[in-house]
Amino acid sequence: MKTRAVAALVGTALLVSSCGGTTKGDAAPQQSSAPAATANPNAPLKQGLKIAFLPKQVNNPYFTIADGGGANAGKEFGAEVKEVGPSDANASSQVSYINTLMQQRQDAIVISANDPNAVVPALKQAMSAGIKVVSYDSDSGQDGRHLFVNQASAEDLGRTEAQLIAEQIGGKGKIAILSATPNATNQNTWIDFIKDELKKYPDMELVKVAYGNDDDQKSFTETQGLLRSYPDLKGIISPTTVGIAAAARYLSNSPYKGRVKLTGLGTPNQLRKFVKDGTIDGFELWNPGDLGYLAAYAAAALASGQITGAEGEKFKAGKLGEYTVGAKGEVLLGKPTVFTKDNIDDFNF
Amino acid sequence: MLARRWESLILVLLVAVCVWAALGVDGFANTSNVSFLLLDTTEIALMALSMTFVVVAAEIDLSVASTLGLSCAVLGWLWNAGLSIEAIMPICLMVGTLCGAVNGLLVTRLGLPSLAVTIGTFALYRGLAYVILGDQAVADLPAAYTTPATQPLIPLVLVAALGVGAAVLLHATGVGRAVFAIGANQEAAFFAGIRVKRIKFWLFVASGAMAALASLILTFRYASARADNGVGLELAVVAAVLLGGVSIFGGRGSLPGVLMAVLLLGVVRNALILADVANEVLNFVTGLLLVASVLVPNLGALWRRRSTSQQEVP
Repeated sequence: MKTRAVAALVGTALLVSSCGGTTKGDAAPQQSSAPAATANPNAPLKQGLKIAFLPKQVNNPYFTIADGGGANAGKEFGAEVKEVGPSDANASSQVSYINTLMQQRQDAIVISANDPNAVVPALKQAMSAGIKVVSYDSDSGQDGRHLFVNQASAEDLGRTEAQLIAEQIGGKGKIAILSATPNATNQNTWIDFIKDELKKYPDMELVKVAYGNDDDQKSFTETQGLLRSYPDLKGIISPTTVGIAAAARYLSNSPYKGRVKLTGLGTPNQLRKFVKDGTIDGFELWNPGDLGYLAAYAAAALASGQITGAEGEKFKAGKLGEYTVGAKGEVLLGKPTVFTKDNIDDFNF
Repeated sequence: MLARRWESLILVLLVAVCVWAALGVDGFANTSNVSFLLLDTTEIALMALSMTFVVVAAEIDLSVASTLGLSCAVLGWLWNAGLSIEAIMPICLMVGTLCGAVNGLLVTRLGLPSLAVTIGTFALYRGLAYVILGDQAVADLPAAYTTPATQPLIPLVLVAALGVGAAVLLHATGVGRAVFAIGANQEAAFFAGIRVKRIKFWLFVASGAMAALASLILTFRYASARADNGVGLELAVVAAVLLGGVSIFGGRGSLPGVLMAVLLLGVVRNALILADVANEVLNFVTGLLLVASVLVPNLGALWRRRSTSQQEVP
């Protein structure tokens, strides 16, 4: 009976595959719908807008700061800004939040996508219900949002991280990368640019990309594993705030402290101690508070009809000044800042 | 008797939460929200059906979400390789069936405890999923499949049909009675002529197959096949089964109770998110319901045991 059932299944599979069916080649190219509305650049920001921030994960210090920046912006233009989201950075957990935000008839959703594809169908539904969607930090698929507020160009970040580590280890030796999850959109793009920039340093070798899944314990263990597998490792780049803190915690209590250089993306408050005790020479980041602030202004500008998300449109973002929408609906926050022991005390976030 | 009373309790709770949410939570009682809510519980409901049988037989399968992940990974990998989706779907179901069969063989032929076996395969199948698909997300799936999956009709019909089938099988056939007998007392069941190992083996196979079926719905619903699809779902499934009144010690439980519990957990989650309740509170409430569901039915037994042991002491 067992064999017969299996045989039947195999048979069906073969039959169906031989008859053709829907394959990858058949898939029609997805067309992105162009924004149809017209912009009125002189429209004032509406009062009492409801803007919801949907980060990858709540209670993540980075997003708490970013969304706090959004809340500050909301206070300036009289909007109701809130933060909701899953406590695990899992791909699909954001979708049910998008659906509920739609039910709550928010004016705008500001999202950092865990999975750029999985959120698109839900975001499209929200957009057709008249909700403006701005992605920040980690973009969703382009048809799933009006604007993407980019924290820094991926190219700038990736290349400067490679340059930082090269400078710190004297342009010579083995290095490794400690990333977030294997499918994190941001990290993977940065890593591509890191790899490209490393081509300029023939004496440096990238031996491994490890994944700490943005989990403190896992990142800590992965760091330990890296140093066990490559005892002659000279440097680690960790392009994630959770990863760099875990790696710094491990290095600062190990004989590798100061000998193995660590750089990447982190926040000053989180890494101040490690910069001062010599575990880290320098690391970089954009100002996440400014990122959330800009995203909130972008959402308000969309919801007020000042902009539609088309290239070339301009809007004002409070204290940050004027921004222009670039190609593919991107708004660029600015260049990353490098934090060292000389300037770290000027920043408190 | 107790099971019947528990079922009624869950039903009362479900109705109460629905009434509260409909009256007190803005945006709860409308068609689109209810259809999101039902869609969100599809995969859990499917896996809870087979999990009910497994737990009633005093076993457990913690590898279901990993089986689901593996099936998603296989789907993505074969799609990228150019196979047609109609051919991939039965292959995914076979992968799930095979995963279940491995669990079943380890439990029945080698006599290993299912808790240990499925914790092992929980890691094994998920690991394999990453080996197959790596860090990719396969998203260019055909709209002919992804669009219906975001509408509640097909998933609902599927859950309803399989739910009725499973309920009849468990509560109205010899197979169902045998499963209860195995869970109540495995040796007695064996001496009564029930083919204990054989039945258990097929329960694990069914569990794997249902996980694969759930993986198809989930993949199409999110239009994204990834190795980490469905991480953590096994806990939601086990929670629903226990809350539905199935005894973790086996031998007791009802399928309608489990389906109501799936719905109850879904409604609570949906209503609390709509009411802007923080995620931690959400997990806390789910955990509380779960502990209560294990504790309350056993309170009576614990109390009786205590009082009888006191009587025995002269």
